[in-house]
Amino acid sequence: MVDLSVKIGALTLANPVMPASGSFSTEYAQVIDINRLGALVAKTVSRNFRAGNPTPRAAEVEAGMINSIGLPTKGLQYFLDVQLPDYKQYTPPLVASISAEDADDFQAMARDISAPGVDAIEINISCPTRKPGGGNFALQANHTRDIVARVRSVTDKPVWAKLSPNAGEIVDVALAAEEAGADALTVANTILAMKIDVASFRPALGNKVGGFSGPAIKPIIMRMVYQISKAVSIPVIGCGGISNAEDVIEYMLAGASAVEIGYINFRNPTAMISIIDDLRDWCDKRGIKRIADLTRAVRDDDMETDIYAAAAQGL
Amino acid sequence: MTLRDYRYASQPFVVGASAAADFPAHTVVEETLTEVVANDWVNDEYKHLVVTASPKALAVKPGQFFHVLCPSPDQGDLWFRRPQSIYAIDKDAGRLEFLYKCVGRGTHGLATMGPGDKCNIVGPLGIGFSLEPQWKNIVVLGRGVGLATMAPISQLAGERGVGVTAILSARNASYLLSREKFAAIGAAIVPVIDTDGTSAVENVEAILRALIDDGKADAFFTCGSNRLFQVMRRLGKEFGIPGQIAMEQIMACGLGPCYVCVKTFEVDGQKVLRRVCVEGPVFDIQEALGW
Ligand SMILES: Cc1cc2nc3c(=O)[nH]c(=O)nc-3n(C[C@H](O)[C@H](O)[C@H](O)COP(=O)(O)OP(=O)(O)OC[C@H]3O[C@@H](n4cnc5c(N)ncnc54)[C@H](O)[C@@H]3O)c2cc1C
Ligand SMILES: Cc1cc2nc3c(=O)[nH]c(=O)nc-3n(C[C@H](O)[C@H](O)[C@H](O)COP(=O)(O)O)c2cc1C
Ligand code: FES
Repeated sequence: MVDLSVKIGALTLANPVMPASGSFSTEYAQVIDINRLGALVAKTVSRNFRAGNPTPRAAEVEAGMINSIGLPTKGLQYFLDVQLPDYKQYTPPLVASISAEDADDFQAMARDISAPGVDAIEINISCPTRKPGGGNFALQANHTRDIVARVRSVTDKPVWAKLSPNAGEIVDVALAAEEAGADALTVANTILAMKIDVASFRPALGNKVGGFSGPAIKPIIMRMVYQISKAVSIPVIGCGGISNAEDVIEYMLAGASAVEIGYINFRNPTAMISIIDDLRDWCDKRGIKRIADLTRAVRDDDMETDIYAAAAQGL
Repeated sequence: MTLRDYRYASQPFVVGASAAADFPAHTVVEETLTEVVANDWVNDEYKHLVVTASPKALAVKPGQFFHVLCPSPDQGDLWFRRPQSIYAIDKDAGRLEFLYKCVGRGTHGLATMGPGDKCNIVGPLGIGFSLEPQWKNIVVLGRGVGLATMAPISQLAGERGVGVTAILSARNASYLLSREKFAAIGAAIVPVIDTDGTSAVENVEAILRALIDDGKADAFFTCGSNRLFQVMRRLGKEFGIPGQIAMEQIMACGLGPCYVCVKTFEVDGQKVLRRVCVEGPVFDIQEALGW
């Protein structure tokens, strides 16, 4: 039987399937056995209470959804006092997710959240409805380098930088995060998008614009995971539009060491468990011994870039 | 898959405070394929859906809901589930019933289903109504789809020997859904409609005041109309009558983590955001600001 375990730096996960931040909480334990997940990724927290954006906060679009939740949070202290012990009733490693509006607070948040029981810190530097210098630091390489370096300087926990697909040059941002000491890169957050109701002439979201996620974005994020994996040597976590086991395999071939799953948890709350089962069947059927061997296994080295030469190879 | 008894971990979302209120225990949720037994029109807008149900689904309580994966009515696909509150629970036959209004793509897609079709539902979800033992007479006030939500709590009250007055509101007499259902449990039915003006706020207020005078209103229950909710809330406050309201909001997960379904409430003068899916859909009528 296939070994589904994967490594993200020093952290070993029982399998590559994790929920994406904001799509998951221990409330899912009512529907699925969350101990089967590779890791648990908590919703992003900020230092202080945030109410979030006006409603409607989500709208259905073709092949996915857009959302403008606006990072509501009960704050860091609540996370440490209530949510952390709640998560620790379960066995998978816990990934805490943090956000802040300025660099000083980001650094302090990383320090304060480095509590026992937190196995890795995902820094959400990519909330799509924020400004480059005010929360969506991952739009630019220089901001990203600054935040990651500051976070790195105050914590020994593994640091995962969650990148933005809205960045112009995402590979440069990825390289900046790697240079500044990130242990892994989560690729990616949602794509800034919009929907207008043609009956009412009103934007479908209370915040007017919001982040696009779900199956529609998978090819876009796939390309980003692929290009980033070619450029960096730290692990990449694929996140965007996964709805079945083949999608996970595809992300791993493109370069991902593990994946995070968001939208599909809403459509099918049991999806992550089916995906883990299907991954095992998929590998067993093909005699794959270690799923980790699929990372960066895309066969693209020998592909001719010249169309006439490709023709001669029968491609 | 191991499903375990589970209490909600997260707490109500209180502005400016991290105070944690206690939740009632919840039933275990399940994502299951049910089989459609019947899906018939009750008038030109509403359909009555009957599906087979697992024991877990049958544990649903009045006021709770299911998150239904509707088939597409067209060439496209649907990407969100649609919440539907429970309309009737038939434990003996192992069936659940829903009463829904065809409004958009989801509900029109649901309308295409026929006997034998498989329907994926998640539930039971949310916190339902509570019926306190000291209440001898209750008043339920429903309008439109809200009538569906009021049926199971009225049924439960009837079974427990609690007197029920059902004020049923609609545009015209043909939309006074489930009149028979309320009649069957022995409820006193007060139909109010738009076409003859009886559904006007002043008239509904007069009806409620008369019920209060008669000692027929130990508790209020409502769903489906902001206008009528405001009357009930005001009278509830004036006479100290406890009330519960079932709310609606667009949902994504239906389980708690996404925070799509929040509504604003007022508790002790403070604005509070709560998730309709897990902290509701039933809320204290005095804390609600609008339906
Ligand atoms: C707890 C709860 C219980 C409900 N019970 C019933 C019921 O018993 N019978 C019934 O007819 N209806 C009920 N509703 C309303 C029902 O969910 C909506 O009518 C339905 O989602 C509309 O979907 P649509 O695609 O047909 O319409 P569209 O207008 O095309 O929907 C577009 C989007 O908006 C959402 N949406 C639209 N209206 C509502 C609404 N009122 N509430 C929540 N989401 C909405 C849809 O889910 C979808 O994401 C309930 C809603 C909630 C929250
Ligand atoms: C409702 C919702 C809330 C989200 N909240 C967060 C969040 O708090 N922090 C974060 O880093 N990403 C958040 N995201 C982004 C997801 O983690 C993920 O990056 C994105 O949805 C793409 O994955 P998917 O296509 O599988 O959904 C959220 C996404 C959704 C749909
Ligand atoms: S619908 Fe996701 S929290 Fe209520």
